[in-house]
Amino acid sequence: SCSLSITVHVFSKLIMEEASPPLRCFSESHSSELFSDDGVQTVTSREQVNSNKMIKWMILPYFFRPTLLREQHYHYLKKGLRHLSDAYECLDASRPWLCYWILHSLELLEEPVPAAVASDVCQFLARCQSPTGGFSGGPCQHAHLAPTYAAVNALCILGTEEAYKVINREKLLDFLYSVKQPDGSFVMHVGGEVDVRSAYCAASVASLTNIITPTLFDGTHNWILSCQNWEGGLGGVPGLEAHGGYTFCGTAALVILGKEHMLDLKTLLRWVTSRQMRFEGGFQGRCNKLVDGCYSFWQAGLLPLLHRALFKEGDSTLSVSSWMFERKALQEYILLCCQNPGGGLLDKPGKSRDFYHTCYCLSGLSIAQHFGNKDLHNELILGRDENRLAPTHPVYNICPEKVAQAIEHFHRLPVPVQTESTPSTMDQS
Amino acid sequence: MFQISSQISFADYNLFDLLLNHKVLCSASLDSFPALKSYVDKIAARPKIKALLECENFKKLPINGNGAVSIMSSVEEISNSVAEDLEEDGVEEENTVEEAEMEYEEPVKGGYIFYRDRKEWADLEPVPQDDGPNPVVKIAYSEKFTDVFDMFRALLQNDEKSERAFALTTEAIDLNAANYTVWHYRRVLLQALDKDLREEMKYITAIIEDQPKNYQVWHHRRMVVEWLNDPSEELQFVAEILSQDAKNYHAWQHRQWVMQEYKLWDGELEYVEELLEEDVRNNSAWNQRHFVINHTSGYSDSSILDREVQYTLKQIKKAPHNESAWNYLNGILQDGGLSSFPGLLEQVTELQDTCSSPYLTAFLVDLYEDALETNSSSYDQQEMFNKALELCKFLAEEKDTIRREYWNYVSRSLQNTYGSGDPVSASSDPPPPPSSSQLPDMEPSDP
Repeated sequence: SCSLSITVHVFSKLIMEEASPPLRCFSESHSSELFSDDGVQTVTSREQVNSNKMIKWMILPYFFRPTLLREQHYHYLKKGLRHLSDAYECLDASRPWLCYWILHSLELLEEPVPAAVASDVCQFLARCQSPTGGFSGGPCQHAHLAPTYAAVNALCILGTEEAYKVINREKLLDFLYSVKQPDGSFVMHVGGEVDVRSAYCAASVASLTNIITPTLFDGTHNWILSCQNWEGGLGGVPGLEAHGGYTFCGTAALVILGKEHMLDLKTLLRWVTSRQMRFEGGFQGRCNKLVDGCYSFWQAGLLPLLHRALFKEGDSTLSVSSWMFERKALQEYILLCCQNPGGGLLDKPGKSRDFYHTCYCLSGLSIAQHFGNKDLHNELILGRDENRLAPTHPVYNICPEKVAQAIEHFHRLPVPVQTESTPSTMDQS
Repeated sequence: MFQISSQISFADYNLFDLLLNHKVLCSASLDSFPALKSYVDKIAARPKIKALLECENFKKLPINGNGAVSIMSSVEEISNSVAEDLEEDGVEEENTVEEAEMEYEEPVKGGYIFYRDRKEWADLEPVPQDDGPNPVVKIAYSEKFTDVFDMFRALLQNDEKSERAFALTTEAIDLNAANYTVWHYRRVLLQALDKDLREEMKYITAIIEDQPKNYQVWHHRRMVVEWLNDPSEELQFVAEILSQDAKNYHAWQHRQWVMQEYKLWDGELEYVEELLEEDVRNNSAWNQRHFVINHTSGYSDSSILDREVQYTLKQIKKAPHNESAWNYLNGILQDGGLSSFPGLLEQVTELQDTCSSPYLTAFLVDLYEDALETNSSSYDQQEMFNKALELCKFLAEEKDTIRREYWNYVSRSLQNTYGSGDPVSASSDPPPPPSSSQLPDMEPSDP
């Protein structure tokens, strides 16, 4: 560890001279950010110390400007959109997710999708649509809110007439009513589990496709609010530990419903900003857990949402140039520690690449690079200019133009009338 | 529960085989060793092992001291080279290890018959998956996977409610435990066939041990517990899972559901303290602490709040850089107000020499801010204001620079709210009047 410190110190001196602008992780004070275990070792501290060691080794080779491995990621994504190995059998009930993760990654990289491929995706997703409404994980499976969210997002990314037409809006509304619970929450599928992801999935697809009726989200905002806990973040259901994924889902859902101001924004802001790791630069999902590249979106993505929420409340002290997290540090973590040299991104060094992490690492990178909106836009690109990704919408996590285009398209159509009234499904197996 | 880590290994198969042999020689031999007995029961309940133990050829195997290899090779995936080694040996000799393995191995491993070829399934036409002519995200399923799911689709299409359908769901789950459609169907069958739910509990216990981070398995367990209306095994089971991963989110969710649904609050605070003894940084345990107290005594009773504050300060002293403890301290005092709690400022300030950390500093900022917000007469307002700004600057520039943007914002907010017009410049970002162009486009209804 002593020789490692010396090595890092020597390299850091080199970097200070060579690199412009210098990387945070090579600054003199960076090693003071290492986790201190107070001499009390527990499972948590041992894992954190090991994680730091692993990451230290990652940053050594970077004398030059960190580079996003565009070519490699593109080939990984292009292949995956067509073929996946049998290692993906475990995602056989999440194939619309695979479509979304890959298509979104491609749009962030500003790589076009050939028209034929786009059409094939539309036809596949059409086969995933359930006759009773909503989309399922694969042909002949039952509808589920998660693949429904993914399918609608994927179709909106494609943004063609063919894509929009795949969605049966009337049936989709029926499906949403069929999973709605009396307490305002939603089950993920008929006979399935409740957690705050479902509210986000429902709000996202309903708002994009313009099927929100006066009663669809009755009670939903109150249920989501009850998920905010003593830590300031949100848990999956009321009572649970605050967690980045669920906090994002709950907050984004409330933004869609126009009720984000009902959260305790101050404690939420404190919680999420505290989730950025002082040494690694990336975000953890929960207090005292390890950094993970995917939280680059789930956690960092909250800052644009909170910025806007506070702004709407009349806050005049907000920054005009940055989201409230260390944008450079996050970009460093993603570019230096989360890229697989053969393409694809990942959780942390030592983990395997996958399309989920590719999607959310790139999404987080985009969030860190872009502040503001089209009128007031501030870009902070770490490394080469070619690292620049397309901006992403912090509520839906597809490109803002695609959001606008979809909303415009579907708002020309009338809100469907609920055709079936289905009773609460909690009794069903 | 396993010997080496959270996953089953050769060591477990070895011990399992040894203990099974004990039971053959003396059936009651494990009765006075409940932990060993439970260990054997749990492993024996694992679906493939259960099937193996019921298999005729296995039952005929002589006890040769190396049964572990037999068990392992049949029920678990093994590397290609190991498989080849086992297959190569086939010399007819009495009681060799290899022969013993080969003897029973054939019908289970080497003799796997696809469902489409089984005569008991001949009446059912498999339904291939319709991915369309130009598939996307096409998975290169193994032949076994395709075979099982082709048959599953056929059952689903015919809405068949039979024992063989039930058995097939077990296979399908084994191939992809995240297929919620299969789980749903299994539940339909459990009810339609009036299956033994106690057996189902054993099954789901084994599956969860194997895949504790899967949503469907926990939901399934919840359904079975509800049907049986029997939560009696739940807390112990969850504790078992948490002993392998003390932060498993699904486990905690299940635990909280059981406790609320069946009002099982007794002993939980003690359990939480045990976990915090083991790992004071376990944030899930701190959350559970809050959960229990919230649902039992509540925090409004001052003797409870006192107890909690003292407990937390004690933990802080042990490990001052443990963020969970600081967050808990803050969390429980939010309602009453940090600055209103008697003696807290003194106690925390005292810690600064020995237990300094960015969390302590942040806590002081929170305390000062609370004093300002409540316009507390116990404190000099100007002093609170100045100190708060000073600490924000200290955090932004030195002690917590990763959150520089945040601390500068807090500083500006304080100045804006409590400043007297001549603020300490704590930020490099003077706020201009907001205009709508600064508003990130987010709302669907905003053009």
